[in-house]
Amino acid sequence: MNDTSMWHRAVTQISLVCALAAALVLPVAAETPASPNGLYGAFGGRAGIHAMTEDFVGRLLADVRIQAQFKDTKLSRLKEKLEEQICQAVGGPCTYTGDPMREVHQGMRVTTADFNALVEDLQAAMEAQGIPFTSQNALLALLAPMHREIVHPAP
Amino acid sequence: MKKHGIWMIASVACSLWMGAVHAETGKLLLTGGVSSVDGAAGGGISPWALVGTNATDGEAGLSVGVSQLPLPDYRLTTAGLAVAWNNRVEASFVQQDFNVGVATQLNALGFGVASGQHIRLNIVGLKARLAGEAILDSDRWMPQIAAGVLYKQTDSGTIRPVLEFLGASSEGVEAYVAASKLLLKDSVLLNATLRYTNANQGGLLGFGSSASGASTPRCVPEVSAAYLLSPQLALGAEVRFNPNNLEAPGANANLGAGLAADNWADVFVAWAPSKHWSLTLAYVDLGRILPAITSNKNQSGAYLGVQFAL
Repeated sequence: MNDTSMWHRAVTQISLVCALAAALVLPVAAETPASPNGLYGAFGGRAGIHAMTEDFVGRLLADVRIQAQFKDTKLSRLKEKLEEQICQAVGGPCTYTGDPMREVHQGMRVTTADFNALVEDLQAAMEAQGIPFTSQNALLALLAPMHREIVHPAP
Repeated sequence: MKKHGIWMIASVACSLWMGAVHAETGKLLLTGGVSSVDGAAGGGISPWALVGTNATDGEAGLSVGVSQLPLPDYRLTTAGLAVAWNNRVEASFVQQDFNVGVATQLNALGFGVASGQHIRLNIVGLKARLAGEAILDSDRWMPQIAAGVLYKQTDSGTIRPVLEFLGASSEGVEAYVAASKLLLKDSVLLNATLRYTNANQGGLLGFGSSASGASTPRCVPEVSAAYLLSPQLALGAEVRFNPNNLEAPGANANLGAGLAADNWADVFVAWAPSKHWSLTLAYVDLGRILPAITSNKNQSGAYLGVQFAL
């Protein structure tokens, strides 16, 4: 095969990868505005976020990997602040009134593994609420950077 | 085959033991990639900047993988393992077994290739994460960047005189730099790798050739894209460029383009039902491999890989 057809083959293959990537991403992008209230709507508004947070905290307390981290936590306050935080993150009409993340987790020596365990519990709670996977990831993308304030020592 | 049966049993036993003895380790599903054909964690044919195994910061992890790729004229089987520490350093070993029974056709040219010949390629790899956080830094464009080396040694048995005739060496070292980024909001993982190599078909047909300049390694690109359908399921595609060192000495031996090499490509589905094992199903196209003895056929086929990880 000469150089021209080698390149032709390469261009064809790369086009396939790009086409696949585009075919996968574009429908998602197009799908996003379908919910009238955007991400907040996808989470079922305040009621949906409330129900999900209740379930989420239940999962945190049942998770043997990280339940000890919450033994001195006032649960009603944890739920309230989490709900505010998630509601604000997804663009809802709420304001987080808790303490800064770095302060809240001071001295708790949260590891990346702990952080990921919490992410898994949140994923399970979102799944249980029937939140679409793309919306789940949209919320995770807003919360994940907090690992820099939560995990100790900071990466 | 017998050897790989033993590998398979060992890997299952090993993963059961790991599951029983160790506490849960902390990477998110699939964020350690899968075992690539070169042993390093990544996609199927390209090493990524992700560090393998389930181990994250402050943890040590182990993964074991086996795979099968039947092709029209060949069969590629791999068995390997990787250890990783602190989501920072990864060491890997893989043995590729390439069934090249068709190579007895080279005997028409005066070679003495034994029937049922296999080529064995052993690869020892080392990878280090240099910068960035591919998964959790979803507010930054900075990808995770890693660099690695792969030491490769080829045992080509009775095919060795053919490779020697073409001027290909039986061992080589590759170096690569990889950048990986999860676009979490879009559920898309992108990877680009630059590999500095003189390997022929990844090293299965040795390294370099007698062609002028062909033994000097050059940089070849590899790109991968994957879309996450769920935390357990990813769908993707990859392209990997390869040096084409043997075509020129093949032409000098009146074989025309009979020893040409093409780039590799695949589409894959990776499924991780748990942190401790994953399946990769792919359609892999390795292009032409010694087309002089395979009627110029494209070597493509269905790939199945299984990985056990801690």
